[in-house]
Amino acid sequence: MNYLTAKKGFKSWLFTLDHKRIGLMYLVAVLSFFFLGGVFALLVRAELWTPAGDMFTADMYNKFFTLHGAIMVFLFIIPSVPASLGNFLIPLMIGAKDVAFPRLNLLSWYIYVLGALFFFYTLLFGSLDTGWTFYTPYSSQTGTSVISATLGAFILGFSSILTGVNFIVTIHKMRAPGLTWGRLPLLIWALYATAVIQVLATPVLAITLLLLVVERAFGIGFFDSTIGGDPVLFQHFFWFYSHPAVYIMILPGFGIISELITVHARKRIFGYNAIAASSVAIAVIGFLVWGHHMFVSGQSSFASMVFSFLTFAVAVPTAIKVFSWVATLYRGSIAFTAPMLYALAFIFLFSIGGLTGIFLGAIAVDVHLHDTYFVVAHFHYVMMGGTVIAFIGGIHHWWPKLFGRMYNEGWARLGCFLIFIGFNLTFFSQFVMGSRGMPRRYHSYVPEYAIWHQLSTIGSLVLGLGLVLTLVYLLHSLFWGKRAPHNPWGGESLEWQAATPPIEFNFTKQPVVTSGPYDFPEIEQDRS
Amino acid sequence: MLGLGSFWLPVDASSTTQYVDHLFNFIFLLCTLFFILIVFVTVLFAFKYRRKSASQRTSPISGNHKLELIWSVIPGVLLVIIFAWGFRDYMSLRVPPRDALEIRVTGVKWAWSFTYPVDGIVTTDLVVPEGRPVKLIMVSQDVLHSFFVPAFRIKQDVVPHRYSVVWFEATKTGNYNIFCTEYCGTGHSQMLSQVKVLSGSDYQDWIDRGGEEAGSAGRSSVDVGKHLYKKQACYTCHSIDGTSGVGPTFQGLYGSKEKLESGDEILVDDNFIRKSIIDPGADVTEGFPPVMPTYKGRLNDKQITALIDYLKSIGTDKVKN
Repeated sequence: MNYLTAKKGFKSWLFTLDHKRIGLMYLVAVLSFFFLGGVFALLVRAELWTPAGDMFTADMYNKFFTLHGAIMVFLFIIPSVPASLGNFLIPLMIGAKDVAFPRLNLLSWYIYVLGALFFFYTLLFGSLDTGWTFYTPYSSQTGTSVISATLGAFILGFSSILTGVNFIVTIHKMRAPGLTWGRLPLLIWALYATAVIQVLATPVLAITLLLLVVERAFGIGFFDSTIGGDPVLFQHFFWFYSHPAVYIMILPGFGIISELITVHARKRIFGYNAIAASSVAIAVIGFLVWGHHMFVSGQSSFASMVFSFLTFAVAVPTAIKVFSWVATLYRGSIAFTAPMLYALAFIFLFSIGGLTGIFLGAIAVDVHLHDTYFVVAHFHYVMMGGTVIAFIGGIHHWWPKLFGRMYNEGWARLGCFLIFIGFNLTFFSQFVMGSRGMPRRYHSYVPEYAIWHQLSTIGSLVLGLGLVLTLVYLLHSLFWGKRAPHNPWGGESLEWQAATPPIEFNFTKQPVVTSGPYDFPEIEQDRS
Repeated sequence: MLGLGSFWLPVDASSTTQYVDHLFNFIFLLCTLFFILIVFVTVLFAFKYRRKSASQRTSPISGNHKLELIWSVIPGVLLVIIFAWGFRDYMSLRVPPRDALEIRVTGVKWAWSFTYPVDGIVTTDLVVPEGRPVKLIMVSQDVLHSFFVPAFRIKQDVVPHRYSVVWFEATKTGNYNIFCTEYCGTGHSQMLSQVKVLSGSDYQDWIDRGGEEAGSAGRSSVDVGKHLYKKQACYTCHSIDGTSGVGPTFQGLYGSKEKLESGDEILVDDNFIRKSIIDPGADVTEGFPPVMPTYKGRLNDKQITALIDYLKSIGTDKVKN
């Protein structure tokens, strides 16, 4: 009797307090929005096939890229890993029965759904054309549904805060006996750092969006300079949240990669302390770099200098992580399973994403690259090449634990290959056109960029195909997949000691931890 | 450096490009080196330590402080160099030379206009002399815009109620794209202009002609109006083929009767058009949003008359015929 079959009926899901079921409900929700956001992305890419704005009107195009961005950021990628896999795995990995506050956990799912309803309302009535960044004074003047969209993001923020609080308390108070901080799986460290940012940064977004709503509804000038506000102030407020939010998106991805590489290479992680500490360092420094989005906004040169320096400071812990993962492979036993292929793809893609960030952190070079497709390519390499690839890899890694079924390994490798090729074709060409001067958010463009746009559009189709294929074989496996063994990869962390799929309260008796999460039996005895 | 610029960067037509291109190429080489290193080592390990048997033993290594120190310090030092270099060149991009020619720039949904210190010259393309520093003092009339010339590697946001400054010194005659790079709504991607770099003597001739293009003397007023319709980007909102855009179409507009938001009916004549250009918010046609910016100061009397003549030429009477 596992958690999927323990109770039956629709209500047993809607009123469940089981972190595993809530995690699955989140998984379904965020993946649905990933699909919807992806459809908008393909519409955008289709319009850009030709230089002329001939497929959709400019207003439609502006709505499409706005909805793509807003859905992907607020409804998909911010909640993606923590709320779905995090919810499922944290109690299992720390040997607990559930999260600290199961009712709060369910509440945060309902708050998420409420926020999503506001986005649906926006989508159907008036839509949104501000870009996901809601920059003022455009957003205080446009005729689209800015108020409902910002209220939606405001509400989603509370879901994020509650999940964060829940995770922090759970990780502090509910660890199994013997599971010291130094023995925590690195995914838990990453989710912990993420939760801290969620709790500290999200209120700033909430206040900012509320000020915007008040400005639009009551004409009180905060950001609109015609009524006494300051449009650049909005950018400071917005990025004070939205830059740390970038780390909310990527840190859980880092955590997943640490798990995939170690388990599928059966190798101790290289530099456990450095990786754990760098997650925390990134979370802290990440609060102080928001001004690097504003080098050409008119902020003072002194401020730009400080923000540029801190931006480079945050690059060091990130580099340490990448080097440590590569070093972990050294003298391991590497199996080319789908999760490992995703981890290797992550190292490749995230390295490009991270290294291109150096161009953007150098102020003089950023002056040229800011708001061009170079930036678009950079953050897609980090967000999609990083987080989404790690997320998909993580889904493959824990799929047997989630559902008790194995997917077809051959199809999985093909899917990973298509996604990898399609992704690079889509976004690498955007680096080239960006550094050659192609601005972002353009409905039509000058013909010299056409070849790069066409490569990108072809790539997006391959990428879409790879993702759909992945969805199909995963769904297929739910019904026709082989029964998964208890511990298919030979993982050492606690979730692999639980039944597959786990029982309702995870463990039959309280697990006790006596060794680290990466002490695989294949590891030779220390000679020292 | 290594000809990278011709692939990765657009043409180079200003002295300001040196502040971007050298550092761009330096970072590019460094990043390529690190990327190849990471990928090479990853592939090497993945191949060499691939699983050969289910019980294959693995190494107990869990870290190496010396190695970890090296790979923290070396990138750290390189990043500090890049930071300092980037900031130094940024300051050069920020501070215009004292003797620069000052031109005022206005960004508006969805066109640029350039006002010269010489009486009465207002243009939609930026005409500048080669080899002389030019300082642009920019302001927006509505939302945020951003002034970007890829060939000069300069970009600066243009903000309402606040002046921002950018400078360059063109080094090659020719025409270069100006893009708006801060999203500003429907016509954002249509907000295109050009920098026209002339030789010093051609520029002086252009100023002496009062900012008119060479060969434009003797054009009919309708032709001038037609030209302005394009240059002032009227077309982003007003079509001339009868389709309705952000604003009413110009086809058949002159001489017709239009219903206003106030409920009054008005005859579209010379005075109404003039008023609509100078003070567009005063009488808005029913069914259209009150979003048109004023062209006061951006068009002189002669130009307004030319636009009226152009509208007349595609007005009601003509359509009937």
